[in-house]
Amino acid sequence: MTRRADPDKFTVTKQALLPGILFSLLVRWCVAAYPYSGYKKPPMHGDFEAQRHWQEITVHTPVLKWYHNTTQNDLQYWGLDYPPLTAYHSLLMGLVADWLEPESVRLFASRGYESDSHKTFMRWTVFLSDIYLYVTAVLCICIDAERVLGKEPKEPKCVLKRTDISTTLFLLYPGIILIDYGHFQYNCVSLGFFLWATFFIIAIKNDTLATIFFVLALNYKQMELYHALPFFFYLLRKCFIGMPLGRGKLSHFVRCFNKLAVAVIATFVIVWYPFLKGWEHIFQLVHRLFPLDRGIFEDKVSNVWCMVNVFIKLKTIYSNQEMAKTCLLITAMAAGPACADLFFRINIKKFVPCLINVSLAFFLFSFQVHEKSILLAAIPVALYFPEDPFMCFWFLLVSTFSMLPLLLKDGLLLPFIASTVIYTSFYSICLKLSQPNSGYFSIFNANRVNKIVYPNKKDSSHVLTFLSLIFVISVVGMVLLTVGTVFVKPPPHLPHLFPLLISAYSCVHFLFFFFYFYYQQFSLPMCLPCVSQKQKRK
Amino acid sequence: MISQIVVIVTTVKLLFIPLYHSTDFEVHRNWLAITHNLTLDKWYYDNTSEWTLDYPPFFAWLEFVMSFVAKHFDPQMLYLTNLNYKSDMTILFQRLSVIFLDFVYVYSVKRLSSFIGDGKLLVFILLMSCPGLLMIDHIHFQYNGFLFGILLYSISHIIENNCLIAAFWFAVLLNLKHIFLYVAPVYIVYLFRAYCFTISSVDGVHTPWYSFSLTNLFKLAFTVIFVFGLSFGPFIYHIPQILSRLFPFKRGLCHAYWAPNFWAIYNFVDKVLQTIGTKLGLLRIPRAEASMTGGLVQQYDHAVLPSITPTMTIVLTVVTMIPALIKLWHLCADRRYRVLSFVRCMVVCAACSFLFGWHVHEKAILMILVPLTFLSVLGDVDGKQFLILTTVGNYSLFPLLYPKNLFSIKFFILLTHVALAFVNIRTLYEPAKVKGGRRIRVLRLPMLRQIESLYLYGLIVLCVYDNAIHALWGLDKTLPFLPLMLTSVYCSVGVIYVWLCYYYYFLTFNVSQVPTVCSVNLAEKYKKTS
Repeated sequence: MTRRADPDKFTVTKQALLPGILFSLLVRWCVAAYPYSGYKKPPMHGDFEAQRHWQEITVHTPVLKWYHNTTQNDLQYWGLDYPPLTAYHSLLMGLVADWLEPESVRLFASRGYESDSHKTFMRWTVFLSDIYLYVTAVLCICIDAERVLGKEPKEPKCVLKRTDISTTLFLLYPGIILIDYGHFQYNCVSLGFFLWATFFIIAIKNDTLATIFFVLALNYKQMELYHALPFFFYLLRKCFIGMPLGRGKLSHFVRCFNKLAVAVIATFVIVWYPFLKGWEHIFQLVHRLFPLDRGIFEDKVSNVWCMVNVFIKLKTIYSNQEMAKTCLLITAMAAGPACADLFFRINIKKFVPCLINVSLAFFLFSFQVHEKSILLAAIPVALYFPEDPFMCFWFLLVSTFSMLPLLLKDGLLLPFIASTVIYTSFYSICLKLSQPNSGYFSIFNANRVNKIVYPNKKDSSHVLTFLSLIFVISVVGMVLLTVGTVFVKPPPHLPHLFPLLISAYSCVHFLFFFFYFYYQQFSLPMCLPCVSQKQKRK
Repeated sequence: MISQIVVIVTTVKLLFIPLYHSTDFEVHRNWLAITHNLTLDKWYYDNTSEWTLDYPPFFAWLEFVMSFVAKHFDPQMLYLTNLNYKSDMTILFQRLSVIFLDFVYVYSVKRLSSFIGDGKLLVFILLMSCPGLLMIDHIHFQYNGFLFGILLYSISHIIENNCLIAAFWFAVLLNLKHIFLYVAPVYIVYLFRAYCFTISSVDGVHTPWYSFSLTNLFKLAFTVIFVFGLSFGPFIYHIPQILSRLFPFKRGLCHAYWAPNFWAIYNFVDKVLQTIGTKLGLLRIPRAEASMTGGLVQQYDHAVLPSITPTMTIVLTVVTMIPALIKLWHLCADRRYRVLSFVRCMVVCAACSFLFGWHVHEKAILMILVPLTFLSVLGDVDGKQFLILTTVGNYSLFPLLYPKNLFSIKFFILLTHVALAFVNIRTLYEPAKVKGGRRIRVLRLPMLRQIESLYLYGLIVLCVYDNAIHALWGLDKTLPFLPLMLTSVYCSVGVIYVWLCYYYYFLTFNVSQVPTVCSVNLAEKYKKTS
């Protein structure tokens, strides 16, 4: 690269938005051409078969039997274990499948059904869900980020806050593409609802809508509980704001709180309506959603328990009940300070860091964690990207890397590498747009990257230089581990050596990020959000 | 930013590795085997496979060289009788060979785009993301990227006024794939006028015959003959056999899928007249020969309209080319703009051959598209025609990738490219903000007229019909080739429209009215080098 000032004379306008979004969709479809989890692996197949099976069950059995073990619904074979909204979604898709290709959802007969046209159909269902919920939410959030920037003309313009750049960068995040389009899941739906809820909080400041969308997210996947605490504390704290002086404090609080409570309960009632016919249905559903007997973790997860398990065999020493209680306690201890900080020193800018911290706390310390759950922490980090690109990019790389064993099992090595490289290259383009004389590998230089956000800062700090060095080492480590997993055969007495190494490596990173984002959250000052509507009304 | 874009595009190409590939994959595997196992004199005689070697000798040599690398991937792919062999390593090797050879294209594109002032990076991105090349080379499987790389490299030397080097590389290109004969007349006229006459012009119109340089002509002739000698020399006793392989006039007027050219419309009209005729009872035609789109490459006689012979197509092609070539001769008088005229004339002539040629492949549309992409930032008419043609031309390649699961991939490749083109080319020509109220342009695409926009929107309707409605109505049993025919006919309307507009633009091009909107530093570049 030449060192002249802006050698390309390329003025990217907001018009890069359309090509950028379309390109990210192209990458999604390229990944979708690869096999899904459990492709041609009878008898149990994988998540793809689970989704297909749910369509079969929801289409052919009555609503009340969905979560019960009956002759038609064998819960041992991929029984439905997500909340009702997932079931409705499956029903909807199942009905379409029934119309297009009845063979694919025939009761019992369709188990392990695999055909190219059906695969294409299933990929399209993910794609449409993605377009309608996730992509639009990302777009709205990014548009708002630039709009807010427009209000403060004093602040120098940051490339990463421009709509087109930030949207494309967000949409190219490899983790969710690989899991949804490669491995096959519908994370885009729950995360899409979650992003909408976040959008209503940080942009529109409409708490009721935020509540409704968050409850929908929760009703799509119970894993969204990872995000529940920040929402709860933030909205609760907002009920205390704008209190009239003197009398009427209590009634004000009750009024605000009631509004949210009604929204929560009403949404729950609507979603759970078919199951409200008797307590046994509700208990059965809840029991399906939180299966304590499945153990503290499955496979190799990069959280603390999996690391501890290497030295102390937790599964044999403690019962699941004891473990669950310990997990609950430790998770609460880890997530508590972040929530307390959000509650007592409220600042709208703290909301996203708090989401990161709480979801990371849950990921690291809670019970029954999947490796895919890292997405729940990764999406808030992607939201935080424009504020702190260097660390967030690092985190997102590690989060994708931590899912490598899973992706390898599905035969998604090439998409994993390719989508990561595309993401990195695009990030490098962003850097180049803001600093024309930067090269391909300037992304490793924290000082340079931080200048995107703070262009006025002249001197480089030693901490950042040190961080850059660690980042380089970390990336090299990831590359080496990837190469090792693919090419090196592990010794026969340690068959799970590489997955374990990858988990341990990622876990160390996540702990480090956990402390880092905690520090970030606590270093933000308190700032009461304004409640303009109510003041007007007074 | 160039390195990042190259990395991104190459990575996308890597993602295509395990996808569908056409029979061309087996064709090239077979050629690897032929060149590796047989002696030179048998290369063009072998017919173990139905896919005999029908590219000129340099390409055969290329396959010969590659076969030595292939040996390290999987030696079994080099067995001559191992037909339709596709192990994972074979696929990997073949795909990687395309991706690797594509770096020739990357280099040429970078070189070519460096001559442009505004829109330098845009041209680079547009050429790199050319959907046709991505789809044909990396999914369908061919080596067009490499070949176009050499063509662009040759053009870049024309721009730098290194005529001999340009001629050399073009001769090499002709010996790699003879389809580039389509644009050979342009090279001949240009090199003759610009290189063999040492004085460009006195008054800009008349040809200064006295300045004819015999030395330059000899140099040129020597270069070209040298290359051809190098290529065909070893095969001196087999030239008739090679030529019969290279120019198979036994094949039909149209390829399996009709290329969107003049003959597609001709056939379509014939078909319609035939149907009407039979309905009215005016004609009696045996039903057996009613299918032309049957996917078989064979001769076919038209039912109502006169049948076409190869000679007729050649005459028609040459006749349509001549006005453009004469215009080029005159435009070459001006030193500053003759290189641009050269590229424009190449577009026109490629379009003529594409529209009227015998047995034209739909892939040949790239010969129009690639030079036009380069021109798209150098003039508003070029830009506008490029916008139409890149949409239509690349869409017309869709039937090549027929598997259903590829639909979304090819669709989004095209959309990304078209979105890039439409939003960015406009900024070069249109003033950023129009003073006074903005005119309401309902559904109108930038830079295009209403009717042209409507035509392009029609592609969406066509796309929906071909992929969904046709099957839903159950017509895929009775009329299986209707979508293909509709696609070719609809696209050929667009291609002919672009050709007419562009031809008119080229013929009426006046050096005194050079576009002032965009800054072209070609002329400066020219001054520097000469």
